[in-house]
Amino acid sequence: MSSALASARRPARAHVVRVGETVSLRLRRRPLVAGAALVALVLALLVVSVGTGDFPIGPAGVVKALVGQGDAGTVFVVRDLRLPRAVCALLIGVALAISGAVFQALTRNPLGSPDIIGFQQGASVGALFVITVLGASGVAVNGGALAGGAVCALAVYGLAFKRGGTSGYRLILVGIAIGFLMLSLVNYLLARARVEQAEEATRWLLGSLNGRGWSDVVPLAVVLAALLPALPAAARALRALELGDDSAHALGVRVERARLALVALAVALVAASTVAAGPVAFVALTAPQIARRLARAPSPPLLCSALTGTAIVLAADVAAQRLVPGTTLPVGVMTGAFGGLYLAWLLSTEWRRGRA
Amino acid sequence: MSDAPLQAREVTLAYDGTVVARELTVAIPAHGFTAIVGPNACGKSTLLRALVRMLKPRAGSVLLDGAEITSLPTKQVARRIGLLPQSSVAPDGITVEELVARGRHPHQRLLRQWSREDERAVREAMEQTAVDQLADQLVDELSGGQRQRVWLAMALAQATPLLLLDEPTTFLDIAHQMEVLDLCAELHGRGRTLVAVLHDLNHACRYATHLIAMRDGAVVAQGPPSEIVTAELVERVFGLRCLVVPCPASGAPMVVPAARAPGGGGARPAGQPAALASQLSA
Amino acid sequence: MPAAPVSATAAAPARPRAGRGRLAAGGGLALGLFALLLAALLSLAVGARAIPLHDVIDALLHGGGSEQATIVNSVRVPRTLLGIVVGAAIGVAGALMQALTRNPLADPGLLGVNAGASAAVVIALAAGAAGATSGSIWFAFVGAAAASVAVYAIGGSGRGGSTPVRLALAGTALTAALTAVIYGIALSDPRLLQQYNLWSVGSLGNRGREQLDAILPFVLAGALLALLLSRPLNALALGDDSARALGARVRWTRIGGALAITLLCGAATAAAGPMYFLGLTVPHVGRAVCGPDQRWVLAYSAVLGAALMLVADVIGRVVVRPGELQAGVMVAIIGAPVFIALVRRKRIAAL
Repeated sequence: MSSALASARRPARAHVVRVGETVSLRLRRRPLVAGAALVALVLALLVVSVGTGDFPIGPAGVVKALVGQGDAGTVFVVRDLRLPRAVCALLIGVALAISGAVFQALTRNPLGSPDIIGFQQGASVGALFVITVLGASGVAVNGGALAGGAVCALAVYGLAFKRGGTSGYRLILVGIAIGFLMLSLVNYLLARARVEQAEEATRWLLGSLNGRGWSDVVPLAVVLAALLPALPAAARALRALELGDDSAHALGVRVERARLALVALAVALVAASTVAAGPVAFVALTAPQIARRLARAPSPPLLCSALTGTAIVLAADVAAQRLVPGTTLPVGVMTGAFGGLYLAWLLSTEWRRGRA
Repeated sequence: MSDAPLQAREVTLAYDGTVVARELTVAIPAHGFTAIVGPNACGKSTLLRALVRMLKPRAGSVLLDGAEITSLPTKQVARRIGLLPQSSVAPDGITVEELVARGRHPHQRLLRQWSREDERAVREAMEQTAVDQLADQLVDELSGGQRQRVWLAMALAQATPLLLLDEPTTFLDIAHQMEVLDLCAELHGRGRTLVAVLHDLNHACRYATHLIAMRDGAVVAQGPPSEIVTAELVERVFGLRCLVVPCPASGAPMVVPAARAPGGGGARPAGQPAALASQLSA
Repeated sequence: MPAAPVSATAAAPARPRAGRGRLAAGGGLALGLFALLLAALLSLAVGARAIPLHDVIDALLHGGGSEQATIVNSVRVPRTLLGIVVGAAIGVAGALMQALTRNPLADPGLLGVNAGASAAVVIALAAGAAGATSGSIWFAFVGAAAASVAVYAIGGSGRGGSTPVRLALAGTALTAALTAVIYGIALSDPRLLQQYNLWSVGSLGNRGREQLDAILPFVLAGALLALLLSRPLNALALGDDSARALGARVRWTRIGGALAITLLCGAATAAAGPMYFLGLTVPHVGRAVCGPDQRWVLAYSAVLGAALMLVADVIGRVVVRPGELQAGVMVAIIGAPVFIALVRRKRIAAL
C-alpha cells in the first residue's frame, strides 16, 4: 500500500511476509512505524475531541461512556452529540486526504488538488445560494451544495471534453476558470447578504462541524465504505502510472481507464466530504505531502495520507473549539493554520538540509 | 512469416488526424534481433508504439502470437511484451532497486506483492545491467547513462519473451552504447526476441539479425542486414551518399558516409589505400 | 512524433512565430490599445448617470464646474485611470509569475501576495486603524510585501535556491496559514466580517485619486523592473542551465522578478482588493496571440489586463443599476467564457 524510500545512509530493509506460494506481502518499516504512530495519535485525538466542549469530560469518562457505562447524561452527550461530530471529522480527514493523494500522484504535481474539478467551488455557490437567497438552513444547505457541486463538476468536464477525450491540461485550465467564476459568485453573494446570513455563510464556506449529527455522518460513511475496498487496487495502479504513461502502459495498465477511475474516485470522495461539512480547506493539499515525508515515500502513500488527514482535521476541530473561549471557529480555519504551518516548517527544514 | 510472434498487417497509423504511416506490413521474426531504422520522423517510433498496443491503428491489425492484440487482456500482453520507452518519469526520491522492482507489476497481484520469482528477476536484471552496486541510491542522483541502464533493468525485470526498445542508446557514451547493445545481443542469444528502434545505422547492421528500413511512413526494405544494406538503400532511405564496406571487426555491413564535395573539409585518414580513397571522394 | 500525452504537466510548446510575426504582434497590440481607449471612454461615459460622450470630451478638455464635468473629472477619470493601472499591473504580474515559475498555471497570488494583503487589512480593520477602502492601502501593501518576503525566504533556503516548485509550495503553505489568521480574527465580530467581506471582493467602487496617487510610484517601479527583466526571462524559459549558458543571471532574475511581482500585485491588491483570475488568464491570451517572447507578452498582458479591468468595471456599473456589481466579480464572469473558448480552440501554449 505504501512504498518506502531507503535513507541515503542506511538502507531500510523491507520485511517480506509469505504464506505459501500465493500470498506474499512486502512491508517496509518506515511507513508502518509512521502509520502506527498516526493511529495512536488519531485515537488520542478522538478521545480528546469527544471530551471537549461546554461540558468537559476526561478521557476515562469518555471511554466509559463510549461503551455505555457511566451516567445517562454523559453517555448521551458523548454518543449523540460529540461522537458524530468526531466521527465526521475523522471521515472527512480520510476522504479529503486520499482524494488529494490520488490527485497529486496522478498529476505528478505536489500542488495537484481535487479543487481542479470545481466541485467544491460549485458546492459553495449552491450552499450560499440556499443560505443567502433562499434564507434556508439545515439539510437544504447540504442539498444545495450537492446540486451546485454536481452541476459545476459536470460543466467543467463537459467544457473540457472535445472529440478525442479530455486532455489533462485542458481540464485543469477549464477547472481553474470555472473555479474563479464560482469564487466571484460566492464573493458577490456574500457581499450582498444580510449580516446574520453572511456569518452563517462564511462559516459554511470554511467548513464547519458544528451541529453535525449522525444524519450527516451516515451518507459520508456509506460512500467511504463503498470506495475503500478499491483503494489497494488504486494504489497499485498509481504506482505504475507515476512512471509515465508509456511505462505504465508497458507494465500492463490500461492508462486511460485507470486514470478515469482514479479521478472518479477522488471526485466522489471530495463530493461526499463537501456535502457533509462544507469545503474544508488545505487538507487535501497538505496531508499527502506531510504523509509522504513522514513515510519517506516517493509519492503520497494512501494509507498514511488518510491517517494524517484525520489527525489534522481532528486536531483542528479541537483547537477550533478551544482556541477562542466562547466561540467555535470553523474547522477549516484551523486546518489551514495547522496544515500550512507544519508544511512550511517541513519544507524549510528539509530544504536547509538539502533534500528536495 | 505467419508464425512471427509479432506482426503488423496493413496498418495505417495516425495521430490526431494526421496520417503518419499507411498500410505497413511488418513481421518480427521469432528469436531474432530486429532493428527499425530510418531518418527522423519516418514513423519508426510510431510503428513501435503500434506494435506494443500503445497506439490503436486506424486500419489494419497488429497480431501477437496470431491473435489480434487489442483483443487480448492488457496484463497478458504485458507478460509477453516488455517496452523500454524513449522517455520515462522517475518519481522523486525513488531508489534504483525500487524502480527496477516496479517492472514486476504485470506478474504481481494484490496479495502477491513480492514472490521469490520477483526477487530473482529483479536481482538478475540489476546484475545484467550492472546497476546492482547502485541499488540503494536515488535515481535522481544518477548520471544520464546510469539512469538509462536502470530503466533497462526495469524492462528486463518484466521478464518477457519479447522486448521492444525505443532508442535505448540515448545519452550513453560510446562505451556504454556498446555495452547496452552487447547486453541486448546476449539476451538475444539466450532466446529473447528483441525489437529496437536504433538511430545509428552501423549499430543496427552490427547487432541486428533483421532490419526494417523506413522512410516517410513506409517500409522501404526488410531483411537481414547483409542482404539489404547497400549504398542505394542508404541513399534512398537517408538521402546520404555513402560506401558500404564490411566491418573489420564483425563482418557486418558498415556504412561510411561519402566525403563532401572536392575541396570540402574532412581530413583524409592516414594510410588509406589510394583506391579506396578515390572511391570515397567520388 | 509522440502521441499527445494526457498528462497534466506537459503542454505543447508554441510554434515559433515566423517572419510576419513581428508585424502581426505589433498590429495586435495596436488593436489592443485601441480597444483600451474605447473602454476608457466608455468608463468615463457610463455609470449610474449616463453622460453622453460629447459632453465627456468637453469636460475633459475644458473642465468647468457643471455637475457632469465634476463627475467626469473628479470621479470617473481617477477611477478609470486607477482601473487601467490596476489591470495592467495585475496582468504584468501574472505574466511575470508564469515566466518565473515556468508554470502556466501560476497566478500572482501564488507568492502569498493576496493573503498577506488581506491579513494586514483585517488586522487594521480590527484595530480600527482604517476604513475598508481608504487608509487600508498602506497596511495592505506592507502585508503583501511581507508575505512575499516570507514565501521567498521559506522557498529559497537550501541547496539550489528557489525552484518553481518550492516557491509554489511555500506560497500555498503561507496562504493556508494566513487565511486561518484572517478568518480567526474576522469571525470574532459580525460587523468586522462584513467589512472584510466587502474589501475582499476586488472593486474599483469608491476608489479614485487617493489610491491612484498612493500606488502609482510602486506600479511604475515594478513595470520598469519588469521591462528590464524581459530579456533574461526569455532566457529563463529555456531552463536554468540554458539560461546560464546564455549569460542570464538566474538568481538575480528570480529575485528581481519576485520583487516586481510584489510591487505590482501588492500595489494593485492594496488599491482595489484581491482580484482573482485576471493575473492567471490574461498572459495566456497574450501568449496565444503573440507567442512566447516575454517582451511582447508583458506588453500584451498590460494592455489586455487594463482593458479587461475597465470593461468589467463598466459592465458592473450598468448591470444592476443603480447599484454596482464589483469589478472583481465581473472579471471572472466575462473572462471565464472567453478563456474557456480559447482553451477549447487552441492548444494553450506553454512558456
